[in-house]
Amino acid sequence: MARAVTTRTKAINTAVAWTIALVIFFPILYTIITSLKTESEAIAGFNLIPSFTIESYIAVQTQNDYFKPFLNSVILALGSTILALIVAIPAAWAMAFSPTKRTKDILMWMLSTKMMPAVAVLVPIYLIFLRTGLMDTRIGLTVMLMLINLPIVIWMLYTYFREIPGEILEAARMDGASLWNEIVYILTPMAVPGIASTMLLNIILAWNESFWTIQLTTTNAAPLTAFIASFSSPQGLFWAKLSAASTLAIAPILIMGWFSQKQLVRGLTFGAVK
Amino acid sequence: MGNITLRNVKKSFGSVVIIPELNLDIEDGEFVVFVGPSGCGKSTLLRLIAGLEDTTSGTISIDGRDVTGEAPAKRKLAMVFQSYALYPHMTVAKNIAFPLKMAGEDKATIEKKVADAARILNLTDYLERRPGQLSGGQRQRVAIGRAIVRQPSAFLFDEPLSNLDAALRGTMRLEISELHYQLKTTMIYVTHDQIEAMTMADKIVVLNAGNIEQVGSPMELYNAPRNLFVAGFIGSPKMNLVTGAPAEKHGAKTIGFRPEHIAISTTEGTWKGTVGVAEHLGSDTFLHVHTDDLGTVNVRASGEMKVSHGDTVWLTPDPNRIYRFDAAGLAI
Repeated sequence: MARAVTTRTKAINTAVAWTIALVIFFPILYTIITSLKTESEAIAGFNLIPSFTIESYIAVQTQNDYFKPFLNSVILALGSTILALIVAIPAAWAMAFSPTKRTKDILMWMLSTKMMPAVAVLVPIYLIFLRTGLMDTRIGLTVMLMLINLPIVIWMLYTYFREIPGEILEAARMDGASLWNEIVYILTPMAVPGIASTMLLNIILAWNESFWTIQLTTTNAAPLTAFIASFSSPQGLFWAKLSAASTLAIAPILIMGWFSQKQLVRGLTFGAVK
Repeated sequence: MGNITLRNVKKSFGSVVIIPELNLDIEDGEFVVFVGPSGCGKSTLLRLIAGLEDTTSGTISIDGRDVTGEAPAKRKLAMVFQSYALYPHMTVAKNIAFPLKMAGEDKATIEKKVADAARILNLTDYLERRPGQLSGGQRQRVAIGRAIVRQPSAFLFDEPLSNLDAALRGTMRLEISELHYQLKTTMIYVTHDQIEAMTMADKIVVLNAGNIEQVGSPMELYNAPRNLFVAGFIGSPKMNLVTGAPAEKHGAKTIGFRPEHIAISTTEGTWKGTVGVAEHLGSDTFLHVHTDDLGTVNVRASGEMKVSHGDTVWLTPDPNRIYRFDAAGLAI
């Protein structure tokens, strides 16, 4: 009997998991399906079978160059991530390995900046960007994206570094390692997986960020998020083209995410089980 | 060489004093065990010697050289940690080779020394594995291997066996003792287990609340405990300690007698009692006897002792083996 119950429980769990996964994935799937429809099919109502036309993709490319916003997205995502790591690695390192009484407070304060809605600081930041000439520049936006993701990057790295047992570093010291050798031979190899998954996650976050990237750009520095937004224009909604643009925008990050699944899952669940 | 001298060594964290001023001499080649209950400062003392903690005041010297302010790497000591602290991203061979690599030895020497260490510790077949693929005992051996390769002036062991199961603990205890005979290097070993202390040490340092209660060979501590703390801590099962009228009869505030120094009889004796739990170990029988005069008394009887729960027995202490302590807890 016990075995039958287990099998049934398993079947139910599997069914529930698949249902939830499909529900979550459905918007993306439907976007891809819609992108393969003609405009008239797209507004005709719910329909899962498209006519497999690529006319929307051609239209999107001729109407609005894909390559430039794609390049901007790459530069912004990679640039802001690298900048964030340069700032966050020493910060997390210091907090993990020589914490003070205030370390927890500092971490909470950093995280608290993420609790405020972005729109609350839109006006001051907009004005700063305008006055300093950073508006619609890649540099300005890279710094902006770095700043908004920095708390999460520091938190993730902090949890990773905390997982490196202090005794291992002490063992290295006893074994005659200088501080430099300790960093090169022990700390860095042990921290690389953590840094890698933090990097991947931050690239995704930066790639998908759409509030600041749309508010602070017009054409020059506009990444793919702004590219998608440009298809929901005042001339009316073109569902098929919008879907094609969205599909093009998320494709690179989906592919990257697919290939780095293992690292990502590890990164997101790290520290959860102890 | 491995003479280690501690002079007026003190350690405090803020206003909390972990170790009040302490003096200790460790001779070259000695196997010294720091033993004491949890939180007595024994690990802190070891870490002070290692250089992993800074002394608040006082001096530590190794072979006459003052190392108080020196970094751990410069002290030429090797340490085995409770958690083994192996480098998880390196193979066993690389783990063992690490201190040699840090010392800048050439490749051929490293290979030879690693092979030697692996042979001594039965690790030859595991050299290419990662620590994660080893059992607890094997990890422990790797940690020891990493310590012995570069011939340090002393080995420091911080509760190295506490993560192992009882059987393996017994085996490793023997192996470490054997290693000490082979290498003849100073070893300082921290444990809370008085059996480890008794079986391995040349010299035991009993610590309590950061103070040294007594220093001596295992048999000195067993036969002549300086105070109540040492008397109660050394020996298994524990010494029976009795206060009140029976003690006053011997002119002391407290008297102590060991479970093995009590004669037990079913017909006559000094104190009458009822047998509570009887633990039959085969070689010995440990009896918990409830008496009217003394409370519960631990008795070690022979394995053939045929008594069970509820039996009435008489206990007689060996008069030459009664320890007497004054009001301050010091031996009289």
